Amino acid sequence: MNASHSYWQLFYAVYSKDLTLAFRQRAEIVNPLLFFLIVITLFPLAIGPEPALLARMAPGIIWVAALLSTMLGLDKVFRDDFNDGSLEQLIASAYPLPLTVLAKVLAHWTITGLPMVLMAPVFALLMNLDTQLLTATLLTLLIGTPLLSFIGAIGAALTVGLQKGGILMSLLVLPLYIPVLIFATSAIDTSSMSLAYGGQLAILGAMLAVAAVMAPLAISSALKVSVS
Amino acid sequence: MWKWLHPYAKAERAYQLCNTLLPYFTVFTVVSLVVGWIWGLAYAPADYQQKDSYRIIFIHVPSAILSMGAYSSMAIAAIVALVWQLRNAELAVVAIAPVGAAMTVIALVTGAAWGKPMWGAWWVWDARLTSELILLFLYLGVLSLYHAFEDKKSAGRAACILAIVGVINLPIIHFSVEWWNTLHQGATITKFDTSAIDPSMLWPLFVNIAAFAGFVGVVTLIRLKNEILQREKHRPWVRDLVSRG
Amino acid sequence: MLEIKSVTCVKQERCLFESLSFALDAGQIMQVEGPNGAGKTSLLRIIAGFANADEGEVIFQGHSITQCYDDFAAELLFIGHKTGVNGQLTAYENVCYWLDVHGYERATNIYDILAKLGLVGLEDVPVRTLSAGQQRRVALARLWLNNAKVWILDEPFTALDKRGVVMLQQQFAQQLSRGGAILLTTHQDLTAHFSALKKVVLEYRH
Repeated sequence: MNASHSYWQLFYAVYSKDLTLAFRQRAEIVNPLLFFLIVITLFPLAIGPEPALLARMAPGIIWVAALLSTMLGLDKVFRDDFNDGSLEQLIASAYPLPLTVLAKVLAHWTITGLPMVLMAPVFALLMNLDTQLLTATLLTLLIGTPLLSFIGAIGAALTVGLQKGGILMSLLVLPLYIPVLIFATSAIDTSSMSLAYGGQLAILGAMLAVAAVMAPLAISSALKVSVS
Repeated sequence: MWKWLHPYAKAERAYQLCNTLLPYFTVFTVVSLVVGWIWGLAYAPADYQQKDSYRIIFIHVPSAILSMGAYSSMAIAAIVALVWQLRNAELAVVAIAPVGAAMTVIALVTGAAWGKPMWGAWWVWDARLTSELILLFLYLGVLSLYHAFEDKKSAGRAACILAIVGVINLPIIHFSVEWWNTLHQGATITKFDTSAIDPSMLWPLFVNIAAFAGFVGVVTLIRLKNEILQREKHRPWVRDLVSRG
Repeated sequence: MLEIKSVTCVKQERCLFESLSFALDAGQIMQVEGPNGAGKTSLLRIIAGFANADEGEVIFQGHSITQCYDDFAAELLFIGHKTGVNGQLTAYENVCYWLDVHGYERATNIYDILAKLGLVGLEDVPVRTLSAGQQRRVALARLWLNNAKVWILDEPFTALDKRGVVMLQQQFAQQLSRGGAILLTTHQDLTAHFSALKKVVLEYRH
C-alpha cells in the first residue's frame, strides 16, 4: 500500500472506469434518455394535446418519467461488477467501500441523470412550459436526479445477487422515491403560480445531503450481503 | 446492553424466553381483546354525528398505530441484528414483518370501510390512508426481498438493511405526504382528533390498542419460535425437543 | 500470520465443514483439497472475509478480520472463480484499474509482465475477445504486481496451459521466498514443486 496513492485516485479510477464503459456501449446512455422522451410523448397522446392541460400536468409527467428512466439504468450499476467478480476485488481492497460506492453512484448519475437535466429544455418545449417553469424544472432535476441515484443504488445493491432482481428493485425503490416526487413536482407547481419555491428546493437539497452521507453506507453493507 | 443481550444470542435461550413470555402475552391479549371489544362495540356511547359507524375506530386506530409500531420494532431489531451481529434479532425482523403488514392491511381495509359512509367513497387520497398504503409497500418490499433470496442468512441481513433504510425514510415520507395533502386539498377532513374525543370512547380505545399490541406480540413470538426452530433444526437441542414431543 | 479458528459453514441446510482449525504462517503454502461440493470455495470466501462463518473466526496478525477488515484487505490478494476482469476493457486497462483500486502505483513494467504472460499484441484489445486461458492470465498478472502478504487463489490453474502452470508455480516460489503466504485450491498435484506444502482435506458431507 502506497501512502501517496490518495483516496482521490481510487475515486477517479472507479468513476472513470464506469464512464469509459458507458461510452463504449453508448446505448447505455442513449436508451434511458429515449425512454424518458417516449414516456413523455405518450402523455399528450393519452390525455389530449390542450396546452393548458399539458402545462398543468407537465411537472408530474416529467418527474414520473424521470423516476422510471432512472430505474432503467440502476440495475446495471453493480450488476456487471457483480457478475465478473470486480465487486469482490473492490471489497478486498484496503480502501473504504463507501468511497468506491460514492464514485459508482455519481458515475450512474453522470450517465443517466445529467443527460436528463441537459435535455430538460426539449421536454419543456414539448410540454408547453415557459422559461420560468423551465428554470424550476431544471433546478429540481439537477438536485433531484442525484437523489434518485443514491436511493436507487440501495435497491440495486440489495438485489444484485438475485437472478431476477430488476422488478423487485423497482418495488423496493419506488416507495422511497415518493418524497422526492412530491417536493420536486410541488416546486414546479409553485413556480407556475409565480411564488417562491426555494423551500422545496432546500428540502430536496437537505435530502440529497443526507442521502449522500447515509446511502453509501447502506449500499456498502448491502453489497457485502449480496456478495456473501 | 451487550451484557443484557448476550445470553439471548444463543438460539436455545431465545427460544426458552419466547416460551416463558408467550402465556403472559396470550392471557393479556385475550382478556384485553374481549374487554376492549365488548366495551367499545357494545357499551361505549354512539357518536352524535356518525352514529354507530364510528365504532370501527376500535379496530382501525389500534391496527394503524400497531402497523407503525411494528415497523419501528422491526427496525430496532434490524439495527440490533446488524450492529451486534445477533442472528436472533434477524429472525425477529422476519417474524414481525408479516404481522406488521397484516396490521397495515387491516388499517387500510377498515379505513376504506369507514370512508364509505363518511366521504361517500371507498378510497380518498387522505394523508393518513396514503401514508398507510406506502407503509404497506415498504412492508411488502422487506417481505419480498427476504423471500427472493435462496440463502436465508443473506436474506435476513438484506431485509434488515432495507428495514433500516425504510425507517429512516418513513418520517420523511409521512411528512411529505401530509404536506402534499394540505397543499392539494385545502381543508382536509380530520376523521379523528384525540383532543376532541370523549373519555367514554377514549378508554375502550386505549384498551383496544393495548390488546392489539399484545396480539402482535403473541403472533410475533409464535413466528419467532418457528423461525428459530427452522434455522436451528440440525442442532442437537432441537432434535431433543422434537424427540421429546 | 493467518489463523482459522474452529470455523463452521452451513450452506443450504448442509454442513460443509465443522470446527475447522488450521494456521498459515509466513512463507507457507497450503492447498485445500476435496471433491466438488465439499466447500473449498466457501472456505476460501470465509477466509477472504466475503462470507461470514456460521461459527468460529479468522484471525489475521492477532486480530479477527471482521473487526479490522481494512487492515487485512490491504495485505490480501484474492482471485476467485470470477476473476474481476472486465470484458469491455483491454488487458492493460484491466491491470491499471486493479492497481488503482488497490492502491498500488502503476508500475512501468506492466507491458513487460503482460508480454511475459504471453499476451504480446493483445494488450489493447477488449478482453472479451481473448480465450479463457488468456483472460485468466490477465487476472493473474496481478500476482506480479503486488506486495500482499496473503494470496488466496481459487483454482488459479484453470484454463492455463503447461507453460502457464510452470510460470505460476515460479511466481508462487517467489511469493514464499519473500515471506508471503499462499492459500489455494487446485486439483493439480503440487507436492513435487513445494516440499513444504501443507494440506487441508475437506470431505464431502451429507
